Amino acid sequence: MLGVALLVFREVLEAALIVSIVAAATRGVLRRGLYISAGIGLGVLGAILVALCAGAIAEAVNGSGQELFNACVLFAAVLMIAWHVIWMSSHARELVQHMQSIGGAVKAGSSSLSMLFAVVALAVLREGSEIVLFLYGMAAGGAGLGGLLTGIPVGIIGGVAVGFALYFGLLRIPLRYFFTATNWMLVLLAAGLASTAARFLVQANLLPALGTQVWNTSALLDNGSVIGQALHILIGYDAHPSGIQIVFWLTTVVLLVIGMKLTARAPPRRADVDAARGGSTAAT
Amino acid sequence: MVRKFLVVGFALGLFAVTAAAAADMPEYKLAIKDHKFEPAQLTAPANAKFKVLVTNQDATPSEFESNDFNREKIVLPGNTITVFVGPLDKGSYKFFDDFHQDTGNGVLIVQ
Repeated sequence: MLGVALLVFREVLEAALIVSIVAAATRGVLRRGLYISAGIGLGVLGAILVALCAGAIAEAVNGSGQELFNACVLFAAVLMIAWHVIWMSSHARELVQHMQSIGGAVKAGSSSLSMLFAVVALAVLREGSEIVLFLYGMAAGGAGLGGLLTGIPVGIIGGVAVGFALYFGLLRIPLRYFFTATNWMLVLLAAGLASTAARFLVQANLLPALGTQVWNTSALLDNGSVIGQALHILIGYDAHPSGIQIVFWLTTVVLLVIGMKLTARAPPRRADVDAARGGSTAAT
Repeated sequence: MVRKFLVVGFALGLFAVTAAAAADMPEYKLAIKDHKFEPAQLTAPANAKFKVLVTNQDATPSEFESNDFNREKIVLPGNTITVFVGPLDKGSYKFFDDFHQDTGNGVLIVQ
């Protein structure tokens, strides 16, 4: 039971942290609960599909299929987060004003916000497929049904609880700084995902490592510990990263920051200016 | 357009170089049997890249994983996976079967 609960908890935790950040970053979006639920649902379906195709994926590209598949899913998530973060840097003010003055929600359809819901699906797909394979093995290996039936819910509840804790913690950030904070969390999340993708490509010998272990902080915080694992998702923590992982992490951060600065500096659109004037006169 | 060709050419070149290097890289074999590694201890030279081949002889999926040398790959029943490892400094590095952590444990000795 404990083994099942622990594995399920660790995989659910990773997906739950990503879902929480997305949930916070899409604050004020109309029907986001529905979008997030749909993302999770699609992710679960995808996870089952990936688990069913595990054999074909494993044998693809001379046995590098798993690494390439993981890297592609991760890079897709990085691109979607990048798109959103850059879009957000020019629309955050508008969004906050909308929430403060009208108190209403904005529609997700026309914006890049819908990208983030796809990120939810990808996160659930990647972590979920491992759970499916593990549970299939446990069931086929004759593990007791009782152990599975208690272990799975305990693991899921534990992981989801941490996700909710992070979400409600983030909601305590004042609205003025809120989207700046969630945007930075998304930047670090994307950088970490890019670093993980690079690790997979090194494992398949498709990228040079540029130094296998550039530093080693595993005595301080091990990759295998729950905190190490949570920080791995949140900021891309790795106790002993390879050089190429650091390159990918830094490149992602630098590109996103440049993208954010460039769009933030763009002159405000007419609608923004009008909204700002309307907001300030209403306040005085 | 030219840049695109350069990028593709560079990628192919890189692939060819790494593929050629992979061919004469030392290989170390592991089997997973009854959710245990055979052998449970592997010895490899320091400061050199090598391949670890893991064959799953059980009827259930396993995941070859190490937090000490940062690798993770699923091994389906009856399949063999290849994982590129190193170059590593001297020392001992633990690895495990993520799906059977109570029995599937091993150590890689790099010397």
